[in-house]
Amino acid sequence: MKYLDEYRDPKLAQALSRQIHKITTKPWVIMEVCGGQTHAIVKFGIDTLLPKKIELVHGPGCPVCVTPLEMIDRALVIAAQKDVIFCSFGDMLRVPGSETDLLAVKAQGGNVRIVYSPLDAVKIAQDNPDNEVVFFAVGFETTAPANAMAVFQAKELGLQNFSLLVSHVLVPPAMEAILSSGSNRVQGFLAAGHVCTVMGYTEYPPIALKYKVPIIVTGFEPLDILQGIAMCVQQLEDGRHEVENQYVRSVKEQGNPYAQELISRVFCVIPRKWRGIGEIPQSGLSLTNEYRDYDAEIKFKLGDIKTQESSECISGLILQGIKKPHECPAFGVKCTPEHPLGATMVSSEGACSAYYTYKRVT
Amino acid sequence: MNAMSCPFPIQQYPHVLLAHGGGGRLMQQLIEKMFTHAFGPKPATGLHDSIVLNLPSNKIAFTTDSFVVKPLFFPGGDIGALAVNGTVNDLSMSGARPLYLSLGFIIEEGLSMETLWRVVRSIKKAADEAGVTIVTGDTKVVDRGKGDGIFINTSGIGIIEHDLSIVPAHIQSGDAILINGDVGRHGIAIMATRENLSFETTIESDCAPLNDIVSRLIKVGIEIHCMRDLTRGGLASALNEIAQDASRTIQIDEKFVPVKEQVASACAIMGFDPLYVANEGRFIAFVPASQSSKALKILQNHPLGQGACCIGEVLDDTKPLVTLKGIIGANRILDMISGEQLPRIC
Amino acid sequence: MCLAIPGKIESITGSEGDFLNIKGKVNFGGILKEVSLAYVPEAKVGDYVIVHVGFALSLVDQEEALKVFDYLKQMGELEELHT
Repeated sequence: MKYLDEYRDPKLAQALSRQIHKITTKPWVIMEVCGGQTHAIVKFGIDTLLPKKIELVHGPGCPVCVTPLEMIDRALVIAAQKDVIFCSFGDMLRVPGSETDLLAVKAQGGNVRIVYSPLDAVKIAQDNPDNEVVFFAVGFETTAPANAMAVFQAKELGLQNFSLLVSHVLVPPAMEAILSSGSNRVQGFLAAGHVCTVMGYTEYPPIALKYKVPIIVTGFEPLDILQGIAMCVQQLEDGRHEVENQYVRSVKEQGNPYAQELISRVFCVIPRKWRGIGEIPQSGLSLTNEYRDYDAEIKFKLGDIKTQESSECISGLILQGIKKPHECPAFGVKCTPEHPLGATMVSSEGACSAYYTYKRVT
Repeated sequence: MNAMSCPFPIQQYPHVLLAHGGGGRLMQQLIEKMFTHAFGPKPATGLHDSIVLNLPSNKIAFTTDSFVVKPLFFPGGDIGALAVNGTVNDLSMSGARPLYLSLGFIIEEGLSMETLWRVVRSIKKAADEAGVTIVTGDTKVVDRGKGDGIFINTSGIGIIEHDLSIVPAHIQSGDAILINGDVGRHGIAIMATRENLSFETTIESDCAPLNDIVSRLIKVGIEIHCMRDLTRGGLASALNEIAQDASRTIQIDEKFVPVKEQVASACAIMGFDPLYVANEGRFIAFVPASQSSKALKILQNHPLGQGACCIGEVLDDTKPLVTLKGIIGANRILDMISGEQLPRIC
Repeated sequence: MCLAIPGKIESITGSEGDFLNIKGKVNFGGILKEVSLAYVPEAKVGDYVIVHVGFALSLVDQEEALKVFDYLKQMGELEELHT
């Protein structure tokens, strides 16, 4: 595939690796924010190509992992209801709630369907007028334009049987939350390239300045990540803390104005609870008043839900880069992909799952 | 074969009824006028509860498999062809010559009779192609809503006409691991027909019988240590099973694993790894390194082995692991997947 | 987050300005999928777009991509000379 395969060139990967070795003189801790980047790092073994002085920590860039437990439990309650068709991206199906997960609800007769695009859920609503169709709108800013369009389209079509269960989260507030924490060790960031494709990177210079961290907008293929790391290390070695764009083939500084426009029409920014981290102000999205008829939380009148998080799961510490998966006593023992205690073991980019699947630290 | 007419009165019974599995006249009519007509001829002694067979050898391979694929018909195949080839291939992996199959149907009430006839014709065609005979069977019908159209079970008998013992325990350090072609076609062909995930592609399932290509290897004296056909769970799962059974480390070089461009692209869109995607006409063979070139030539000269290549080797290590040399040169462990791969956005 | 893949626009349906209905048939290495072009109204047939969950989010800047690649190749060649 063009614009993909070239960025997996082994010779260039080795050359970038050698360059990083050459310029690294001190130990540095770099966080990649995006789960897709974590996945690529572990799948392609990128961390094995880096000098030992560089420590990569995996950030909370997996919206699946950080979706609050209450939201998963709400999804499970809705999905189990008669006459509801519950649509979701595949990622969410195995994420454990307090008692069960969507896959189990499906097995017990719940009408749970995997969709590729939110527009597919709108079509299901059109084709099934006697059912309530609910779409689980999880994601970072990257998925917000698609989810916004789904609601916009549903309203244009006058659909009465469609709603969104919204659990959107925003990246820059999460980065700030990590940086402002007393136990923060992160010295440089690889920012999420596809989030920035939508939102641009104008929000990052104040963060870079305030916390004195270089922030590199980075893509997802091996050469992108290696180049992003090289650019980050160079800044750290030089004592600079600027925002740079590695992923120039997709990201413009202002992002995508059309996407931003619809997002701000359909969604508004609210405080959001992040699983394992807690509430971060101004870090989530919710539907605006204009679209409140499409808000599943309002439609299904779900009040407070009592949740039960596993006491042994330390995914919060892992999401903040404070601990590594193999430092968790339950890792690989009580907590495996077959019976996960927390979301970071289930999602294909959760740090714990990535470690387990690709490394199996012995 | 498609021109074969059906003496069963489809117009009179356009849908399968519960009575067609009830043991009475309607079931008898279905068996005689559709199944036996297609798979015949009826034995001179008539149809009984069991078939008595004279086998040319008493070293026998025996296997069973059930088929629940949805949709029933997909590009490159259907449940009928799968049901035959799946069992033929399991037998072939011991190096057996497949001879006889049993056929068990569990049909959902209401299935269109035309669909059933189409599946039956496909089974017959696949059986003829593989050189096997359907000799016994069973038919049940379940209530509407309790089945997915049709489920099929096949069991198969084959005879072993060689002295090799083809099992994981016999793989040795240095063995070359050969594969007969590119991976992931079946899983992607199925995925492409699923609504909500559909995309346009010319990829067809690789559903095919492997007995002939395997017999060619044995005939020329290739000392096959182990074979496995790749089905659900893909190449990675088959390798892991063997590594565990043999207590050996297996190393694969990712750049040598053949993947067609469209399969790679479909996997990229869905977030799948082609190494875990289902196949139905692919197998791996562990052979001594000294025989690797000869074996490859045999495979490549067969219609089902034109893309054959060597993808890795067995190491000295006794840790039951599969390691992968990745395409950018870094190594990782290729683990067993815990469930199905689900399409992801993340 | 964010599985987004580059593909080439083979055809466009729906009129310019018709936000909801402007769609493209996009070719991802031989696989064709219909994609919403609502967020890239400037896209033309032959352009490459980055697609996430059925939506094109950006046009691949082919010039920038080339510049970066040339830089990487040069660096790679220099590296090879030195090793």
